[in-house]
Amino acid sequence: MKLRSGLWVLLGLLTGASAWASTEPYTFPFDDPYVATVIGTPRDVAAEPKPLRGANVRNFTVQVFEDREKPDVFWYDRGLRTAVAYQDHKAPLIFLIAGTGASFDSPKNRGMARAFYKAGFHVAAISSSTHPNFIISASSSGFPGHLADDSKDIYRVMELMMKEMGDRIEVSDYYVTGYSLGGAQAAYVSKLDEERRVFNFKKVLMINPPVSLYNSVNRIDDMLAQNIPGGLDRFDAFFERLMKAFTEVYTTQKHVEFNDEFLYTVYRHRPPKDDEPLAALIGTSFRISSANMIFATDVMTNSGYIVPKNRVLAPGDSLTGYSKVAHRITFLQYFDELLYPYYKSKQPGLKRQELLDELSLYSIEDYLRNSDKIYVMHNADDLILQKGEIDFFTKVFGSRAKIYPFGGHCGNMDYPVNVEHMLSLFADEGAGK
Amino acid sequence: MSQRISKMYPARILFILLSLLWLAGCSTVPEQKEPEVPAMHPVEDVVKPDVKYVVDVYDPWEPMNRRIYNFNAEFDRYIFLPLVRGYEFILPTVVQESVSNFFFNINEIEYFINSVLQLKPEPAFTAAWRFAMNTTFGVFGLFDPATTLMDTPRWEEDFGQTLGHWGVGDGPFVVLPFFGPSNARDTTGLIGDAVMFSALDPLNFEKNDLEIPYFVSKSIDNRHRVKFRYWESGSPFEYELVRLLYTEYRKLEIAK
Repeated sequence: MKLRSGLWVLLGLLTGASAWASTEPYTFPFDDPYVATVIGTPRDVAAEPKPLRGANVRNFTVQVFEDREKPDVFWYDRGLRTAVAYQDHKAPLIFLIAGTGASFDSPKNRGMARAFYKAGFHVAAISSSTHPNFIISASSSGFPGHLADDSKDIYRVMELMMKEMGDRIEVSDYYVTGYSLGGAQAAYVSKLDEERRVFNFKKVLMINPPVSLYNSVNRIDDMLAQNIPGGLDRFDAFFERLMKAFTEVYTTQKHVEFNDEFLYTVYRHRPPKDDEPLAALIGTSFRISSANMIFATDVMTNSGYIVPKNRVLAPGDSLTGYSKVAHRITFLQYFDELLYPYYKSKQPGLKRQELLDELSLYSIEDYLRNSDKIYVMHNADDLILQKGEIDFFTKVFGSRAKIYPFGGHCGNMDYPVNVEHMLSLFADEGAGK
Repeated sequence: MSQRISKMYPARILFILLSLLWLAGCSTVPEQKEPEVPAMHPVEDVVKPDVKYVVDVYDPWEPMNRRIYNFNAEFDRYIFLPLVRGYEFILPTVVQESVSNFFFNINEIEYFINSVLQLKPEPAFTAAWRFAMNTTFGVFGLFDPATTLMDTPRWEEDFGQTLGHWGVGDGPFVVLPFFGPSNARDTTGLIGDAVMFSALDPLNFEKNDLEIPYFVSKSIDNRHRVKFRYWESGSPFEYELVRLLYTEYRKLEIAK
């Protein structure tokens, strides 16, 4: 065994292909990207597994569009829910943008918030622009998924959050980070800030962002379509097995949110046997997020997509039928049947490919290449990336890219090595003093 | 067991609330302004009759259930959770734990009876042993040495589970005011357990006035332990999800 590992080290040194081979070996426990993605960082090895004691946290709702009339079926939505954890002294502030379908208090945001708060930052957490609450209360168009336009909505929310905090909080400098879709949006928010100059972000960290939204959602759609034995019409058999695990965890876990975060929590308690159900599970979790998103968009925009156009749903109406349909719609269908038609109606002559190009980091490649303040943290085996897409980051970001050999999609975000790296990026800026 | 007037109050309040809910539901039917246009993916076309959809649970009273679900969410927001927060603010964590232990210890009687009714010796012995240990060494159930020192964790069995164990099906899904999701079988179970408790009267409510304080503090303790918060799932289909999870969860408990 010694000889073999010695050979690997030698090989690594000789080729020099990987940044990590020359340093300490990476010790994150799961080198299978499906396991890493589903299970994440186990509690017992996570950097900050427990809530911090004595942290000042303010939970509040932001009213973005004061005169927006919300449909009766969303009567319970009282504005965009957010939270700010603040220090009692002047400190830098970091915004956290959640990933697809996730809320401001998703487990991943919580993990990051703890780490940054402990390191002396104020932390402001924002739900994904694809979360129903965001679509209902903070999206200007109601059609999430456009990186630049979503980032304008997010920027507006950031401004309102700071306004709401007022003089409760003293901020020295602003930073922004986000994971998954939120990682890509962090860069767009930063680019917008170059014009608006409200925050003058000092540093930006993108965590496991997609390169092309189109490629990533295709991969995610396929994970579900290709891994349910018998196809989606036999989803009941797969779900039967899944629900057994769900309900157990549901009654014992504190944070229950029915999107991808929830599924991760469940699987932590039920170890997987092989990759097929794991891939189906990841696909399912994204599908739950997209179903929520699509229904919210359909109702908010009266698109007549799943709900008949002009139908007014009452708070007591059954949504079961719509839920069945929403869970059969792919991300790609959302793009082709809702997002693209909407943008085409705004810009006649817009080609499908043109819109696809806008929804990728290639559209801001020069900015990413030339802006020294933007960093990226990624995994070579991230499931949402197509083969070869990981090279985009090493090519464009150079030394500002930190690529771990494994960790799947956001699986290692809470791992101490990763957290230390995140914090070290901001440490030289005087945080925590 | 004597007839107590106080027992009538909950039923009467329930009836009035249900009537109000019904009226409220009827008066808020929104007006439709423009003619409907069929959806691009209509439910009628997409949903196939021969496919089993996991989201389907037998729910013939769905319109009323949804209204009660919404009512419960508002009750939670404006009354229940503020009370719970006050409770959590005033009492130290150790005291809160003792309160939970105390109520759980009384519940052991229910667990014991239902284990016997299901002819399950292991949970029956567990309940009896725990009750004996926690009532004595645990100072009237304020502490739980059965779990912490003797490694005998709680094993819950209720009358709904007993009915399920003997083959009684779920029946229609029901959302009970204040109590939350249930079904016909489990609602019968709740009543059954309440009747048993009342017949045994372990805290001698017949001779004292502690019944109402007991049930109020018991519900606050219960809400304090349940981490669920309405509308925090982030899903517009939360009702469907809660309905499904409740149904699946009860299946598991009955199977245990």
